[in-house]
Amino acid sequence: MTMRTPISRVRGLGSAKGGTHHWWMQRLTAIALVPLSIWFVISMICLASADYAAVSAWMATPLTAVLMLLLVVATFYHMQLGLQVVIEDYIHGEGTKMVCLIGLKLGSFALGVAAAFAVLKVAF
Amino acid sequence: MNTGNRPLSPHIQVYRWQWTMMLSITHRATGIALAVGALLLVCWLLALASGPAAFADVHGFLGSWLGRLLLFGWTWSLMYHLANGIRHLFWDMGVGLELQAAQASAYAVIVLSIAATLAIWVAGYMAAGALG
Repeated sequence: MTMRTPISRVRGLGSAKGGTHHWWMQRLTAIALVPLSIWFVISMICLASADYAAVSAWMATPLTAVLMLLLVVATFYHMQLGLQVVIEDYIHGEGTKMVCLIGLKLGSFALGVAAAFAVLKVAF
Repeated sequence: MNTGNRPLSPHIQVYRWQWTMMLSITHRATGIALAVGALLLVCWLLALASGPAAFADVHGFLGSWLGRLLLFGWTWSLMYHLANGIRHLFWDMGVGLELQAAQASAYAVIVLSIAATLAIWVAGYMAAGALG
């Protein structure tokens, strides 16, 4: 016999209180990264011989800046979700695991902010 | 809480080696490699924002043999993770989960990721005028 209420079972929120959010966000960012990463790779091919001035001019166009910001946000969100699972799978000591997870989450956020700032600085 | 006596699922060495297993492991490995590559993306963007001197330093490293080797590895990791990621998204829709289909898409991911990587580098060198 379960002590859980029907609504708690429907919501699917176990002790982690997370439900399917992790899974859903991983898919959502993956879908976003399909066109964004293809765009990025094609752009890098086109910029293969570009110098500083040419890359700056390219980055400063509104379309590039917006797509690059979207790429940065989706990449670092997706990255920290994936590495979180790697840490949870392989690091078993609770303390070490927690330190790694906090470092990962804060580090990914900081890197994402740094990358976004760099794009905006070139764009404005 | 005592967690010592819980049953464990069979570990990896119990299973016969299969392509689908290899691809799953490689998906995780390329994901970790791409996380390291994301650091390079941040360096590249920060260098661009810092000015010509910093940008020249980063480009100098990327143009070296080590830099090109790393970029080549990251290109393949990205193509693999992209192709296999799309395979995963089809699985999420319930498509291609049968053994034969999963096997066929595994081969397709390997071939596509290698072909795309080579095409990208040929295109890159052509765009740079290095191949005439």
